[in-house]
Amino acid sequence: MFVIVVGGGRIGFYLTKELLAEGHEIVLMEKDRRSAERIRDELGAVVVNRDGCEGTHLAEAGANRAAIVAAVTGDDADNLVVCQMAKHHFDVPRTIARVNNPRNEPLFRELGVDEIISPTRMVLAAIEQDIPVHELLHLANLEGGELELLEAQIADDSPALGRRPRDIALPEGCTLFVVIRDDKAQAIRPEMIFAEGDKVIAISRTECENELRMQLIGELPEIASIEA
Amino acid sequence: MRVIIVGSGRVGAGMASQLAEEGHEVVILDTRTESFRRLAPGFSGQALRGDGTDTSVLERAGARECEWFFALTNGDNRNILAAQLAREAFGIPHVLCKINDPVRSKAYATLGIDTINRTEMMMDSISRYMGKPGIPGAGDVTVAVKPARPMPAEAEAPMAAGEPMPAAPPSPAERIGGR
Repeated sequence: MFVIVVGGGRIGFYLTKELLAEGHEIVLMEKDRRSAERIRDELGAVVVNRDGCEGTHLAEAGANRAAIVAAVTGDDADNLVVCQMAKHHFDVPRTIARVNNPRNEPLFRELGVDEIISPTRMVLAAIEQDIPVHELLHLANLEGGELELLEAQIADDSPALGRRPRDIALPEGCTLFVVIRDDKAQAIRPEMIFAEGDKVIAISRTECENELRMQLIGELPEIASIEA
Repeated sequence: MRVIIVGSGRVGAGMASQLAEEGHEVVILDTRTESFRRLAPGFSGQALRGDGTDTSVLERAGARECEWFFALTNGDNRNILAAQLAREAFGIPHVLCKINDPVRSKAYATLGIDTINRTEMMMDSISRYMGKPGIPGAGDVTVAVKPARPMPAEAEAPMAAGEPMPAAPPSPAERIGGR
């Protein structure tokens, strides 16, 4: 497969190295001459000292026959432009962007970036795993981010405590499917009753996350808010 | 009528000063406070230090109730990101983006962003100065074929106070290019 990687920082470097090892055809575009030379010393001629945001440079790199363009620079604006140029100017089937500011994710998705990788979000998610209660844990994104796999832990003041799944008004597009109780997973049955400490695994549409939280565990405490 | 300008360079600061003088509500953003020295003395608008590609900064600048948005920093890509946030995340009706690279400028005009291109403008002026024919359309803002997003009705009205604002872009045709 022919892949163009834009951005020769740590991510771009190791990504290129791994892809080469797997036998793919790669061009790595790095606009800084010295960085490009350093990478060339190690990885050989796969690196070109070109700016992946420039249409003419993308064309030279062969963007019109690339299967994937991955923009992994440290700059969200650059990554967005690389993906948009690749997608709309060169009809690249699949574009992947690194996003540093998690708030840019919806925009990137809206503007046709196929896959979004957010290191900030990943670390955030890892930290959230340690926040004890009241918080929905993000376990995974599904369907390109449209859906989320979530975990909600039922606390002593949760609205869902003592209620049955059938009595809970779920937002449309949300499903509860497993409860973890006493370290055992069991399928959710309509007649079971939620108890304190239950971990409910749900799939939700991204925009319904707040409503789901309200139904299962209640108000978000201020400390866990990530909205500035 | 609120105008947000991202980038307090010569053009940004000049426009901001002029519009504020005419009585418009102007908010200008720059990541460096020292850039605000380019604003006219007694500038009556608001100068905010912050990154115009950050939604929380745009929110603070009042992007929710804004009619005109000009992305005029020195970075093409920053302008593109700011302009697309203005349009997609805040639904600002009139968004203009400075893009100096002619290839990118054309590409984004087909993606629904109004663009202004200094490179082509100057080439056009120089050509005409030499008595040659100018580059067609290069002297003006390239008004994009409009996005699918419906515009609020009042947003189509031209600016109330002052006069030298550009006329509202032509009404939506259909949008070409990808989504």
